[in-house]
Amino acid sequence: MNRNSNTYIVVYATAMVVIVALALSFASLALRDRQQANIENEMKRAILRSIGIEAQGGMAAVDALYARYIVGSFAVDARGEVVEGANAFELLANLRAVYALPPDERELPVFVSRDGQGVERYIIPLWGSGLWGPIWGYLALESDWKTVSGAVFYHQGETPGLGAEIAESWFGDRFAGKTIFRDGQFVSVSVEKRRGTEPPGPHSVDAITGGTITAFAVGRMIRESLQGYLPFIQLQKENE
Amino acid sequence: MNREREPIFSAKNMRLLLGPLNRDNPVAVQILGICSVLAVTAKLRPAFVMAVSVVAVAALASLIMSALRKTIPSRIRIIVQLVVIAFLVIIVDQILKAYVYEVSKQLSVFVGLIITNCIIMGRVEAFALGNKPWPSLLDGLGNGLGYGVILIVVGFFRELLGAGELWGRQVIPDSFYEAGYMNNGLMLLPPMALIIVGVIIWIQRSFNKDVVDK
Repeated sequence: MNRNSNTYIVVYATAMVVIVALALSFASLALRDRQQANIENEMKRAILRSIGIEAQGGMAAVDALYARYIVGSFAVDARGEVVEGANAFELLANLRAVYALPPDERELPVFVSRDGQGVERYIIPLWGSGLWGPIWGYLALESDWKTVSGAVFYHQGETPGLGAEIAESWFGDRFAGKTIFRDGQFVSVSVEKRRGTEPPGPHSVDAITGGTITAFAVGRMIRESLQGYLPFIQLQKENE
Repeated sequence: MNREREPIFSAKNMRLLLGPLNRDNPVAVQILGICSVLAVTAKLRPAFVMAVSVVAVAALASLIMSALRKTIPSRIRIIVQLVVIAFLVIIVDQILKAYVYEVSKQLSVFVGLIITNCIIMGRVEAFALGNKPWPSLLDGLGNGLGYGVILIVVGFFRELLGAGELWGRQVIPDSFYEAGYMNNGLMLLPPMALIIVGVIIWIQRSFNKDVVDK
């Protein structure tokens, strides 16, 4: 058999590629459930972090804590109404696709937590662009829908040591206690680069030295993500 | 042919397996695969997982290519090598994502980049295509281990001196910190990995005079 004939090479290459493709598809299908479970577990861990609960241990521990603290979830649309039958967790898993839709077609997920004292908080997922790639996070609001109780941020590829510091808890902690409304007007919480030694006011936090662009992007992400929830939040405040 | 069968662990075969751990070490002597050594060794656990991944890919790639060597058309042999290595790497990546998700996130692109690790393709091209499956398996295993040993040693020192931890657990007692000991943050940055590799090369060559360039 001539191993260098064109026919042999074409048949060999085709057979090889088909076999490899079949094997890879099989491996992908066999492992998908476990991989999906890992990703969902990571989202649960992040949601818990936004209300100040650091889940230690494996997946079972995270699931147990999530079941204990997260008591509900729903989705809201652009008119501020709760969407019937929406799966908030599924929306969260596809947040990138949700934010690719035009603003008035988005269905945005909200998670409700209740701690040991019965205090309810609302956790809003965030999605935006950093300096090098996507950034995302969770903002937990008190039940007055304006005071931030906690925030966590994640990124895909911000500069280590500079922009990547947004993922550290000390940066997220700066948002606790801030308010997103001033005299009934939505102002969000902005990230600012300021002179002087005065602490930032109730609607802003300090940026990160060397990571200004990414830190500003966090402020923009919070404002733009919250914008989609505003109709719903306004309705909640009117009902009070 | 009426040649007597070579014993499975003959002196020659053992040399294939153990040589790369020391005198033919792919990292310290041949200076291959440096990129991932710098990137994934800030902590011991990712370094260990990366080492196991490379050992598995190197051994299996050499074994498969050696078993196929008589059927591969020489004109497309590099493409065949790439397909086999890429296939193994994707399988490893999928398994890591399913079973050690946290570590696989830390390793990020460097698992995928095993495909371009010149240790693996180099051994397939230089050894597996011309030798029987068993010696090829040992050769791949040996070179993977030679790479892994360096990874683990570098990861050990970087995590110990950079974070005061090993395998994510604190090992340097609090009393040291109270007495003024500080973690060396530089250890966690890639340049320090290069320096540690340099120190390993220095120590190795002071014991093995014959690997020193004349």
